[in-house]
Amino acid sequence: MAGDTLRLDVNAIDYGFLIAYFIVVLGIGFAAKRFIKTSLDYFLSGRSLPAWITGLAFISANLGALEVLGQSANGAQYGMATTHFFWIGAIPAMVFLGIVMMPFYYGSKVRSVPEYLRLRFNRPTHFLNAMTFALATVLISGVNLYALALVLKLLLGWPILLGVVVAAAIVLIYITLGGLSSAIYNEVLQFFVIVSALLIITVIGMIDVGGWSGLQESIRESELGEPGLHAWEGTGTGNVSNPIGASWIQIVFGLGFVLSFGYWTTNFAEVQRALSAQNLSAGRRTPLIGALPKIFIPFITILPGLIALATIRGLGGDNPDLQYNNAIPLLMNQYLPNGMLGLALTGLIAAFMAGVAANVSAFNTVITYDLWEPYVRPGQSDAYYLRFGRLATIGGILVSISTALIASGFNNISNYVQLLFSFFNAPLFATFIIGMFWKRMTPWAGFWGLIAGTLGAAATYFGYKWEIFSFGSDLAQSLTGAIVAFVADAVVTVGVSLVTKPKPVHELQGLVYGMANTEADAEPGDEAWYRSPTVLAVTALGLTSVLSLAFF
Amino acid sequence: MAEDPHIKQAEQAAAAAEPDAEARFADLFDIRRIIAGLFLVYGVVLVILGFSASDAEIERAAGVNINLWGGLGLIVFALIMLGWALLRPVGRQIAASPRNDDEE
Repeated sequence: MAGDTLRLDVNAIDYGFLIAYFIVVLGIGFAAKRFIKTSLDYFLSGRSLPAWITGLAFISANLGALEVLGQSANGAQYGMATTHFFWIGAIPAMVFLGIVMMPFYYGSKVRSVPEYLRLRFNRPTHFLNAMTFALATVLISGVNLYALALVLKLLLGWPILLGVVVAAAIVLIYITLGGLSSAIYNEVLQFFVIVSALLIITVIGMIDVGGWSGLQESIRESELGEPGLHAWEGTGTGNVSNPIGASWIQIVFGLGFVLSFGYWTTNFAEVQRALSAQNLSAGRRTPLIGALPKIFIPFITILPGLIALATIRGLGGDNPDLQYNNAIPLLMNQYLPNGMLGLALTGLIAAFMAGVAANVSAFNTVITYDLWEPYVRPGQSDAYYLRFGRLATIGGILVSISTALIASGFNNISNYVQLLFSFFNAPLFATFIIGMFWKRMTPWAGFWGLIAGTLGAAATYFGYKWEIFSFGSDLAQSLTGAIVAFVADAVVTVGVSLVTKPKPVHELQGLVYGMANTEADAEPGDEAWYRSPTVLAVTALGLTSVLSLAFF
Repeated sequence: MAEDPHIKQAEQAAAAAEPDAEARFADLFDIRRIIAGLFLVYGVVLVILGFSASDAEIERAAGVNINLWGGLGLIVFALIMLGWALLRPVGRQIAASPRNDDEE
């Protein structure tokens, strides 16, 4: 029977670890509630958090369980080429967000990413983006809920519906009570739990396979072979022999530029963490501090994938229990005694809940500040919007439970997520980058650019589905879809700008390049060299380059 | 500074709530202590389990008594977090911040 070989042998102590974690999570929710007086406290933690907290939350909101399980699966399937998702597909975009874009986001005092569009362009652009963002967020949070329920069923034998409801109830309580502070504090806690669990699995695995040289030997003998040990070899155009099946042009432009910049710089579930920082300097440092651990996460996700390939016979074969996605649970089963097993299980479940919570806390903010306040009930008291935000949280989670059921209809969850990103994030990045650097870009260009971009991504997707065009793989389809969306958005944006009226320049203060608000709001100690955004950015890029060369 | 009525209202509400901000932040529960507490509990339980580990369990984990060593690792990490929280308390940093002086 599918599922039985993966069932973990958990005992009361393991459940004790999980229950202790839940108690702390709920405790944080109740404690955070005491500090919430205004809607800004609830939605943006009162813009009060230090950079190390927002930085870890920034990376943790992304280090959900889909990422952990997905990247270790990619590690087992493609080998070291998976590092592209980190070193070229994340770090440059995070550095760009911190150095170039944060002064506009934070300096203009906007409370959300759609709100930037309202100030820079017009209300139709804003409304369109707020609606699509709210929709995409509840769909993705549903994916996380469903994936969590699948893992609970596989590892513990819980029924799917029970898993969905328990996880949703816990997230509901702590986000409704404590808002973004609750989400962020739990993300920081989750970060340390999942990292320690993955680190322990990796260390035992490395000892088991005889260290790096032992692992290299096993991989050379596996079906992945020598190419599995290199990131960039075999990516020459016309001569693609890399396991990932993409040339350096697709990797650098499709993944590294459009998809990655689109995700990291315009996804409000990420940017919200930086907006909650205590000042502009902390806001800029948020993605940069997040980038430092991100550089090393391949070593605790891709390496376990490779270890699983080396030690688990039949991984990736016909047996559904042995699919690549189960690499981490299989290693847990193989190595961990009760106790450590409880810690790893807690880390995995915490990572799923963080994925739900990050999306729900972004969803309630956009619903309140970007849809309800401007378009439905303007001019109410702040206390009214705070109350509404709590109701929106409850609504968002209830909707997520039903979108979890939609996700259950897709047989490949990660393709579904990629599809959502190529529809919504890739065009948005084109609009942002042009709008920030070109004062002449007009309000209506913002609107029609977004429409054109999403239609471009949709055309690529349906053309592929209906077999009008073909692509080498689903990944190649989403990379191309993202590039098409970006180009369509950019072309329409420029075209519409040339025939419509731009905003007067004085209305663009704080929103465009050369007019950023950078008034000093420094904390004591911000002048220290290790808090300089430039130093952090150079360090992150330098480390990434060194590692890329080492695993070339 | 953005001149937007919606943003302005939220900022004004936040400013109105400011007088007790110092007290609020000063006793803001410190996430470092929470992390330290949870990891200390996990670490101690794991170390105790590690002392009673069976040979079969150690054999399975590539010959490492992982509950013992992992538990010790968690305890060390918890102590580092606790030390940091005690050396650089949140309350004092907030009280020293110039922004709060300006509000007075």
